[in-house]
Parts: sequence; C-alpha cells; structure tokens
Amino acid sequence: MQQFHQTFFEESFEGLDIMENELLNLDVGNADNESINTIFRSAHSIKGGSGTFGFTAIAEFTHVAETLLDEMRDGVRQVTQESVDLLLKSVDVMRDMLTVYKDGGDMDADNIATVQKELEDMLGAENAPQEITNSDSATDDTALTGWHISFHPHVEMLRTGNDPVRMIKALGELGDISIVADITALPAFADLNPEDSFLSWEITLTGDINKDDVVEVFDWVEDECDLDIHPLAADSGTTIVETQQTTNNALPATPSVGAPAQVTKQAPTKKGGGEAASIRVGIDKVDEIINLVGELVITQSMLGQIGGEIGSDESHNSSRMEKLLEGLAQLERNTREIQESVMRIRMLPISFVFSRVPRLVHDLSSKLDKKVELVTIGEGTELDKTVMEKIGDPMVHLVRNALDHGIETPAERLAAGKSETGTLTLNAYHKGGSIIIELSDDGAGINKAGVLNKARTNGLVGENETLSDDAINDLIFHPGLSTAETLSDVSGRGVGMDVVRKNIKSLGGSVRVDSTEGKGATFTIQLPLTLAILDGQLVKVANETFIVPLVSIIESIQVKSENLNRIAGKADLYKLRDEYIPVIRADHIFGMNKSHSELNDRLMVVVEGDGKKAGVIVDDLLAQQQVVIKSLETNYQRVDGLSGATILGDGTVALILDIPGIIDMYKEKGAPVPPAPVNPDGKDPDIADEAA
Amino acid sequence: MASILAVDDSASMRQMVSFTLKGAGYDVTEAKDGAEALQIAKSNSYNLVITDINMPNMDGITLTKELRSLPTYKFTPILTLTTESSADKKMAGKQAGATGWIVKPFNPDQLLATVKKVLG
Repeated sequence: MQQFHQTFFEESFEGLDIMENELLNLDVGNADNESINTIFRSAHSIKGGSGTFGFTAIAEFTHVAETLLDEMRDGVRQVTQESVDLLLKSVDVMRDMLTVYKDGGDMDADNIATVQKELEDMLGAENAPQEITNSDSATDDTALTGWHISFHPHVEMLRTGNDPVRMIKALGELGDISIVADITALPAFADLNPEDSFLSWEITLTGDINKDDVVEVFDWVEDECDLDIHPLAADSGTTIVETQQTTNNALPATPSVGAPAQVTKQAPTKKGGGEAASIRVGIDKVDEIINLVGELVITQSMLGQIGGEIGSDESHNSSRMEKLLEGLAQLERNTREIQESVMRIRMLPISFVFSRVPRLVHDLSSKLDKKVELVTIGEGTELDKTVMEKIGDPMVHLVRNALDHGIETPAERLAAGKSETGTLTLNAYHKGGSIIIELSDDGAGINKAGVLNKARTNGLVGENETLSDDAINDLIFHPGLSTAETLSDVSGRGVGMDVVRKNIKSLGGSVRVDSTEGKGATFTIQLPLTLAILDGQLVKVANETFIVPLVSIIESIQVKSENLNRIAGKADLYKLRDEYIPVIRADHIFGMNKSHSELNDRLMVVVEGDGKKAGVIVDDLLAQQQVVIKSLETNYQRVDGLSGATILGDGTVALILDIPGIIDMYKEKGAPVPPAPVNPDGKDPDIADEAA
Repeated sequence: MASILAVDDSASMRQMVSFTLKGAGYDVTEAKDGAEALQIAKSNSYNLVITDINMPNMDGITLTKELRSLPTYKFTPILTLTTESSADKKMAGKQAGATGWIVKPFNPDQLLATVKKVLG
C-alpha cells in the first residue's frame, strides 16, 4: 500500500486547499450548494483514502467534520460563520495530521481532541461519531447443525447484475448444501421474459456456520428478494422460525424513497478538465532533466565555438562545412527551446502562494477586529517551484505585518477620513528576468519618527545622523526593530522583517518598502524567475572571467577621473549624475593580482543590489549569455561575494558575482559611509531633502 | 481474463484498486469521474464496473443509471465504493441499478474477495 501514499498525500493536501478556498468563499447564510458539495467531496475522499491507507486518526477526525458537512449539504444545518470557522480549523488540524503522517513527528493530540470536541458539540450529542470500521453485527449466532434458507428473488433481481447462481455457489463454499428449486412461477415459454427472474430456492446448508456469513451472501439483495434463514434444529429436522430482519443496523428498514436531489444533479466543477491534461511527476526527475539540459547547453556552446573557429578558417570552406555550421546553428536553436520548455515545467502560477492569503486575512482580521478587503492581481504569473516554496513564509509575514501594523482599526480609519474597510493588494507581474510581487496596504504607513527614535535608542543610528526617508523606512528590515506600541501575538516583536529580507536575499532577490505616512505602505519583492539559469554579462577581471547577473546591471560607463573622489586615501566614490556610488575593485576584494591601480578611463559596471548602487571596475566587457548556475556550496563551498559558478563554452569555469554580497563586503572592509557633502553647492541631494 | 472499469476521482484510490486487480490478473481500465467512465464504457465492454459515488462531473449514482440504460450494461455487475456511514448511498446505488457495494475503508484482500464474488 506504501506506493500509493505519496499520491494520497498530494491529492489530500490539494483537497484541503480546495476545502479551505471554498470555505473562505462561502456566502454565509446563502451558501451555494455546489460549493458545499465540493467541500464535502474533498473531505469524503480524504476520509475514504486515509481509512484505506491506514491513517485512521485522520479518518476518524475527518468523519466528524464530514458529518457536519453532510448535514449542510442535505440542508438540515444552516451554514453559519461559526460553522465555517470551525471547519476551517478542522482543515488545519487535518493538514497537520497529514503532515505528521507524511513527514513524521508528533500529533498535537490536545488540539485534535479540542477541535473534534467542538465539532461534536456542534453536531449535538445524538450524532456522536460512529465507528468507521465495519464492526457492527457482533452477533455470534452460530448454528451448529446448519441453516434452512428460503430464497425467493423478486422478478427484477437480475437487472441489478445480481446472479442467484453466484449466491448459491457462495453458500456452497460455506458448508454442505442441498437445494430444491421451485419452478412454479415459471410462465409458459411464450410469455417468458428472459430478463426476469422466476425461480426460487429452498436451501439446506449444514455445518458449523455463522449466521453472519450466510446473511453476507445476500447482503446486496436484501430488498430484491424474500429471504428466510432458520437454524436447523439440533435433533429434529424441524426449523426454528426466525425471520431474517435487517441485521445491518446502518441500513434503514425501508430504503428512503428518492435520493437527495443533489446526488443526481452535480454540475461540473472548476477542478474538472485540467486534470486529464496533466501528469504527476516527481520533482527530482524534472531536476535531473534540467541538469542534463544544462550539460547539453554547455556541450552545445562548446561545439558552437569550435564550429565557429573552424568555419572562419578559409581552407575548410566547402559545402560540407556549410552544412555542419547549419547543423550547429539548428542545434543551438533546439537546445535553447528545450531549455526553455524544461524550465517551464518547473514554473507554477503564483496563485499557489496567493491562495494562502485569503485564509490568513480572514483569520487575522477577525482576530484584530479590523475590516480588510483583499485584492489579488496577476495570480497567473509564473515562477519557479523552488522560489515559490521559499517565498511563501516571507509573504505570510508581510501580510501579517500589513494587517497588524499597517491597516488601522475601523474607528481609527474613520477618524482619519478613510473608509472603514482597509484594502490589501497583492500584485504579481514579470519584469525582465524577474518576478515582482507588490504587497500594498492603504493603512497608516511606517511611523518614521517612531522608527528613527527606536533606532537611535538602539544605537543603530547616531544622535546627529540624518537619514533619507527611504533609509529610515529601510530600518524596519534591521534585526530587532519594532515600533508597534502594543506588541501583539500576530506579528510579534519585530523579529521577522530582517528574516524576511534574509530569506528573499538567499533566493537572489530583494525587498524594499515605500511608505507614505497616513496613506499606506508598499513592499516590493523582486525575485529571479528561476534559480537554475541566469542571464549574465561576462566580464574580464585580472584575466579571469566573471559573470554579472544582467538584472543587477544598470549601465556600464567609462571612468572619468574628474568624477572620482578619494576618501581618506583608501576608497573611492564616483559621482554619477546626482549621486555618489562606491567604487568596488573586484580584483581587490577577491585578492587577485591587482592589474592597474589607475582608474581613469577604466570600464565600470554600475550595479544595484538591495537598493544600493555601486560601480564595479572591470578590465573588459565580453558577451552576454544565459548561463546554467552550478552551486558552489554543493560542488565546493560557500564563497562570500559569489553566488555560484558556471561552465563556459570553451570549458572553463566562470564565477558568478553576488552583487548585494560584494556591496556588503565592500562596506565591511571599512569603506566610508557615503557621503560627506562634496557637491559643488556643498550639499548632498538626499541630505538636503531630509533637512528641509 | 475479465475486464474491469475502475472509476474514482481520487488518484490514490484509483491506483490502489487498479494495482490490486491487475496483480490478480484482471484487465483494468481507469476513469477519473462518471463522465469519463461513461464515455469509455460506451466504446468498450467490461465484465465489471467499480465506481466511487462522490465524484465531480457525474457521480457514481448517475453513472450507474446511465450504464443500466445501455443494452451492453443491462446485466453487468456494477459495484459502488461507499463508506459505512452513508447507508443511504448504498440504497441510492441499489436503486440506480448497482449490483452491490464495497465498503470503504477496504484493503486489497477485501477488494479481491468481493470482485471474485461477483466475477466467480
């Protein structure tokens, strides 16, 4: 059974997501039948599967939730906010239980019991959970000598696919059998309808046979035949009359006429259709293909390079050479297409992350007594599965933060002349090789004075130091800074925003915040679409080739000595239009042979990482190309300032620069904090604004 | 060997049923809901249909009714997969023309025993 567990877990987690989603969208008081049905169906499948695959704890718990849903479905129970909340809680419990079964760990038995108790209380005592396992009919009714059975099938019994001969055979397997057929009901041949059943049987079954075994043979046809089962008297041939009643307590004596209406009319659900067109494949298989395609790309570019070299040699010019070059060009196109298709396999719509948010907003807003409307835009925007998995938690934290600290209470909002209901907007879109996720609220915005005060108290900012608005807002990402007047159990005490930034950085992304006090705040997350390939600019530094991610490049310029400012004789700042950026010498940072010390006329790549700009001095700009990222951690060890490596067409290894990383390294090496006022008018533009 | 059409919207149940029956030598075709099953059933014939009840795009009860209305399936055994708690479903299945039911949860042995009971 083990081999089906993985599928069971996957479909059950999906089922729970569907339940959650539908529950959140339920219109309390006027619930849509189809939604309830969908929720019920998911619960039902989870219960059936968990019972079958031996996850009895889930089966038992789900059974209670399912009973509640069944009552809603049948219209016996009203859909109230209370019941929806309780069902949402149940979804959480089920998800936790599934996770424990899947990954190991301990079940939170108290929580499970509490929620189960709440469900049972809601159901009322009379609906106490029944045993799921078929443990009824405990009758140990064994006739030592045997049974006499009168079996009179109704005329239509054959039409349900039941075959009396099969049943008689099954009885024969229980003990010695003797049968007398009654053919009196058989009509004249001309009147005989072969689809009808006319025969009946008197059967004597002898042996030490449990009555339940006999009854079980006729289990399916109880209401399609007249059946009498009497024990054979021990000594005489007479039988003790005992009419066979419905022994299965779960069955009503008379079948309810007319099944519930919704059983027969189930409109197609949203889930349908798409399923047939997809297959489940282990992510490791996809990753293996991606890896191999990576190797293929390297081989292809190697061939391309050699082909180019041979092709440019006049002596080889022939039609065969031409064909070879044509083939190589085609290989390049095909390789790129394969690579793109394969990468797309790993891409999933961001709705997988967004779908967690409605629940969160629902729970938090009721907890905080706030009114919040959630707007999501661009749910179909795709990104890599690994990136997606890692962005979930930071997103959740930002949402919590927005609801807790951003959006005000209805009273505060009214006082500020806003509408009672706050709006939280999630927006995702592609920009270049990145995905941008914006999370904006129309709340109070960041309390700059509060943040600055706190930072001063904590010694993060000097007493007389002035900061730009952006720099102040950016302080909220600093470890241990929280300005909420009352700490809540929702977003805690400022532990987290720094983790949010750290997590996003570890994905090669960045996060920044724009805020207007009284109007709201917008967090902008920028992430690479994939962690496996990168559009890079090849640069030469001290005879080594490095790769600068294209997304972090703003421009490349030639250094003019008049714009250079040397600070305290050790570091350089470059005046780039209205701002000063630090000049980073990659050869110095990585301890390579320092090529030239003179900077005039050298090439400088202006890069941006984490919202900070810097100029990286390089010897030469080479080609731009897509590179396959190989992890340094896996193949060697982590190196500061490098995010990975790749293999170039000529087989050499090139290192990929980690731009935010080298900017940090530069700072740590004691570079000046920009800038001392060096403007012609003696004022730094940023500082001038701030002082005004 | 007898051919069986196994219908369930749950992939894990479908796999389990199919794996078990194939292991016993039956020829098994899978369908993910009633609508798909009906379409498959119309262009083939099967000795037995095993269907879940709660499914999107046509539930097992409707499927049973639809199959019974086709000449090919007039007498074909149809078993519904049902949970003990939904006794009314067993009866609804029967009324729609199902031969019998298999109670969930079941293990592969129970499934095989029931299938053998029907197919002989």
